[in-house]
Amino acid sequence: MRHLMKNKVHLFRMAGLFVVGFLVFAGARAVFVPEGFGVYGHYRAGALEDNRAFPLVHAGRAACAGCHGDEPEALKASRHAKVGCEACHGALAVHADDPAKLTPKKPDAKTLCLVCHMANVAKPSGFKQISPEDHPEGVCTECHDPHSPADAPKPAPAPVQKEAAK
Amino acid sequence: MTTRREFVGKSSTFLVLSAAAAAALDNVLEGTPEKAPGYKKADHWWAMIIDIEKCIGCGNCVRACKTENGVSMEPYYFRTWVERYHVPAGNPEHPQVDSPNGGYDGFPEKYKPGDGSKNFFVPKLCNHCAHSPCVQVCPVGATFESPDGVVLVDKSYCLGCRYCVQACPYGCRYIDPKTHVVDKCSFCYHRITKGLTTACCETCPTEARQIGDLKNPADPIHEFLRTHKINVLKPQMATGSKAYYNGLDGSVR
Repeated sequence: MRHLMKNKVHLFRMAGLFVVGFLVFAGARAVFVPEGFGVYGHYRAGALEDNRAFPLVHAGRAACAGCHGDEPEALKASRHAKVGCEACHGALAVHADDPAKLTPKKPDAKTLCLVCHMANVAKPSGFKQISPEDHPEGVCTECHDPHSPADAPKPAPAPVQKEAAK
Repeated sequence: MTTRREFVGKSSTFLVLSAAAAAALDNVLEGTPEKAPGYKKADHWWAMIIDIEKCIGCGNCVRACKTENGVSMEPYYFRTWVERYHVPAGNPEHPQVDSPNGGYDGFPEKYKPGDGSKNFFVPKLCNHCAHSPCVQVCPVGATFESPDGVVLVDKSYCLGCRYCVQACPYGCRYIDPKTHVVDKCSFCYHRITKGLTTACCETCPTEARQIGDLKNPADPIHEFLRTHKINVLKPQMATGSKAYYNGLDGSVR
């Protein structure tokens, strides 16, 4: 019996090595595999929260309607009903959080309106387009109200009346 | 005459179905799932519809996306961009495609009307594939399909090895020059999980883009998908793309 054991020493030695190897593996795994890895799949579960934690830059039209009741209401009934506030006024989450922090600038109508309405052959034909050359001079908003644009603009030239008033 | 076996079968079906109805009722009572107090990932499956017939190439989406997500302003980094297709008469296989600054500054008129060509805009973004080639190649698990159907990047874990940039068939990924790890469209995950729409959908003036929740039966996306002729980009690659295009011309690659 003793003779048999003598020949098995190398087996115990091997088993010991396996135990040490396993402990090293388990230790390394605990150190290197991040927390939450594999909860939902082959990735860190915390990455979902990391992606959610990004700060908002656009407030969303619902936030605008919370304080500015009139314009969004007028917009809803107009041809611009689908246009969000921040499509023209820019990203304003900072303003929505604390209006004192950031006062939105009034957009420059002449450049802003053309961002969408400048004639281009690639635009859908049903979309209202104008070429500045074919259209009377002046700022768009003198005749067209961006918050409730009419199909046909007011026929009376508003700028002339303004000059007369002066 | 109902046998006992039939009776047991029918009553167990009834029990299971009423449990499902009770679960659905919770959603109905809470209104849209977005309005529910806690965001439950398993209750959502996000997708986007893109209506090419409505896109006017204004570039609002590109600008809003860069602002919202802090995308580098260099003209070759985009989470979303707009392409202009010019399909010459009689040559539908070889369109001319351009995207000056990704459409950030709009599209100055380049083609003449009435030359028999076909011209249109195609907004592009991450297709949030259900079986993403980019996810399959990531060696460390730094990019993944989330339980709510959004392909996201774990930026703290990404090595910046660029395998996914090469694997994406749609060219939607880039290495962020600031962080040196990969960046891509996240469907504005920080917004959609808070009940808001994405920055691009928020600022699209024609509703050419709309985010939708395929697991919400009340979402208008179902009506849209049913009533339009829909296609995805590169359907032959079987990526399970969830960017559904209406009016997608065969010339679009």
